[in-house]
Amino acid sequence: MRFALDEDREALRSTARELLTELCPASAVRAAWTGVPDDAAWNALADIGALAVLVPEPDGGLGLDETYLVPVVEEAGRAALPHPLTVTALVAAPLGVVGPTVATDLGAAGSVVASAGFAECFLLVSGGGLRLYEAHEVDVEPVETVDASRHCGRVRPRTGGRSVTEDPDAVAAAFDRGVLGTAAELLGLSRTMLELTVDYATQRHQFGKPIGSFQAVKHHLANARLEIEFAVPAVLYAAYAIAHGQPDASRSVSQAKWLAGRAAAVAGRAALQCHGAIGYTTEHDLHLYLKRSWALARAWGSADFHADRVAASIRL
Amino acid sequence: MDLTWSAAQERTRLELRKWLEHSLAGWRAEIGTERSGDTREGFAQQLLWERRLYEADWSAVSWPRAYGGRDGTLWDWLIFEEEYWRAGAPQRVTQNGLQILAPSVFEHGNQEQKDLLLPRIKAGQDLWCQGWSEPNAGSDLAGVSSRARRVDGGWVLDGQKTWTTRGAFCSHLFGLFRSDPDSERHRGFTYLLVPLDLDGVTVRGFGRLDGDEGFAEVFFDGAFLPDDAVGTDVVLGEVGEGWRVAVSAASTERGLLRSPGRYQATVADLLELSEARGADAAMRRRIATAWMRVDAYRLQTLQTVTALMDGRDLGSEASLAKIWWSELDIELHEIALDLLGTDAELEGPWSKGHQFSLAGPIYAGTNEVQRNIVAERVLGLPR
Ligand SMILES: Cc1cc2nc3c(=O)[nH]c(=O)nc-3n(C[C@H](O)[C@H](O)[C@H](O)COP(=O)(O)OP(=O)(O)OC[C@H]3O[C@@H](n4cnc5c(N)ncnc54)[C@H](O)[C@@H]3O)c2cc1C
Repeated sequence: MRFALDEDREALRSTARELLTELCPASAVRAAWTGVPDDAAWNALADIGALAVLVPEPDGGLGLDETYLVPVVEEAGRAALPHPLTVTALVAAPLGVVGPTVATDLGAAGSVVASAGFAECFLLVSGGGLRLYEAHEVDVEPVETVDASRHCGRVRPRTGGRSVTEDPDAVAAAFDRGVLGTAAELLGLSRTMLELTVDYATQRHQFGKPIGSFQAVKHHLANARLEIEFAVPAVLYAAYAIAHGQPDASRSVSQAKWLAGRAAAVAGRAALQCHGAIGYTTEHDLHLYLKRSWALARAWGSADFHADRVAASIRL
Repeated sequence: MDLTWSAAQERTRLELRKWLEHSLAGWRAEIGTERSGDTREGFAQQLLWERRLYEADWSAVSWPRAYGGRDGTLWDWLIFEEEYWRAGAPQRVTQNGLQILAPSVFEHGNQEQKDLLLPRIKAGQDLWCQGWSEPNAGSDLAGVSSRARRVDGGWVLDGQKTWTTRGAFCSHLFGLFRSDPDSERHRGFTYLLVPLDLDGVTVRGFGRLDGDEGFAEVFFDGAFLPDDAVGTDVVLGEVGEGWRVAVSAASTERGLLRSPGRYQATVADLLELSEARGADAAMRRRIATAWMRVDAYRLQTLQTVTALMDGRDLGSEASLAKIWWSELDIELHEIALDLLGTDAELEGPWSKGHQFSLAGPIYAGTNEVQRNIVAERVLGLPR
């Protein structure tokens, strides 16, 4: 028994973290609100193999499993990377769609598709299977969303595309991987929102003291830290369960999504409250992470959807 | 990363499972109606149970063999706890000795203290209670004012302890006494081991929230504590260094006193209750949520134990676990009461458990204080 991110996984994570810190700072996320996201961070992630972690080595990938990739996805969440790492690396790559930037409606069937504004490929639900379309094979109608850096759109195929899988089990597994990646991103976002707020609460003074010395502020932030603490192992376990084909894999991704969604909700509220009015503006960076977390909290199944999946699996 | 148990661990688990099933049945046949361990009668019943654990070498799995343990790692301890609570075995009335005092003896005791005290703790010969809190020293434990005055051949004790769990049924008390009258706050305490039958010591048991006599107050009126009153030195650690001993014990108490096994057992009972009583969609969601939190606690513990096995310290992170399990325990019991509806007011395991769960955020350092610790020591916010 040993449950920890071991050295090689930690190494991949920290490489991803360093490059995201440099190439996807808040200013890059902000810039993605008004234009197509800059590819620098995405290309650098591709260079370290992060987009092909799950692709076998002979096919040019790293040939590793979800326990390596998920910490990297968490880092993408931490940076609020506007590119679809979850969809490209975790959902599409294991289905053999390797290379392009991918958008999908699998986690939001019938609704808007994230990254639709700039994706190179679309993986769309069709009957019981998934079909792939090049960008020029679909019509994208852009929609305005609360987090404009997501570049959501309504997508309609113009051609028949090509079949990726007709196997319902493969589709279900792809869905679970999408849920897992979203949970990891939410966890990363929670961490950023908490860190921003700890920094702010240490610097900002009122009544002659840092606001972080007030107990009400401390308790808000302790609550956020608490929810993060217990979402972390759930996300890591879900990655392990999928990687090892455990019978409780689907349940564990639902659990991870529920707990990470909760962590993001608690951290987000605490962050906004403890920033006061400065947090309540688009000029401060907090809103970039907050709005992403709101979108992801409901994407790939709401909290209730996942609680119901867990309920069914424990025979409630 | 490897989330499997070894074949040896699986074997031990099965051996233990069989033993528990068989021995619990034997014990229950022996005692008749089972009472709470926080009553005098129940305490006596549970000592009979402790005796069975002791004789089968299950009373302290993680202790070294030299002290009659099984040399178990923290993993073995986790397995033990899972099986123990799964089997529906009673609370450990010896837990203050086994889980709070013994780790301090291992860490701060001298050789003679280890050799003498540990076997007696393990055998349930000495029954220890925790004498930290006082009427004017609760969360602010540094406000302890019970005094120990050095005299020829021993100490003279004055003052009062309170909220002493099962104090009325125990034989000994470990706790903090101010030994340097000129000292302030955290300095000048000595951790003393005190037999409760000394002249000048009075113990008065009284009712907790559920009415059981689980609390006691202990009065010291010029009681003379000979240096060897416990068969060996009554000072644990150094004179004047009592705070250090208490701090290391507190972190064990917070982090490891409540293994996930307990809540896994409670949530399993809850699933049975919901099946018997029927749950609507909203209730099923609530139970699923509690289940997820229990399981998250199990997973987080696996991470913590991995870190401890790697030689890292538990430290302030123990406060996160304490907040989590205590608030989760209340939620589990509130769900049960809601499933029971108007039957919730009947005396029974759920109403009893509910009342006990409500103490969780108070003892072992209140949750407000734990949140302060998380904010200051984990997040680094200014004091
Ligand atoms: C079931 C049970 C068993 C116990 N067993 C034992 C035992 O065996 N031995 C023993 O020594 N003690 C025992 N205790 C006592 C326990 O350790 C104390 O109750 C605890 O330390 C809190 O102290 P207090 O009750 O004096 O509350 P107080 O410290 O007076 O606190 C009252 C309220 O004020 C809040 N508060 C206090 N300080 C702060 C702060 N700085 N910031 C924010 N809020 C604050 C607290 O959180 C609490 O809500 C037990 C208690 C219970 C409930």
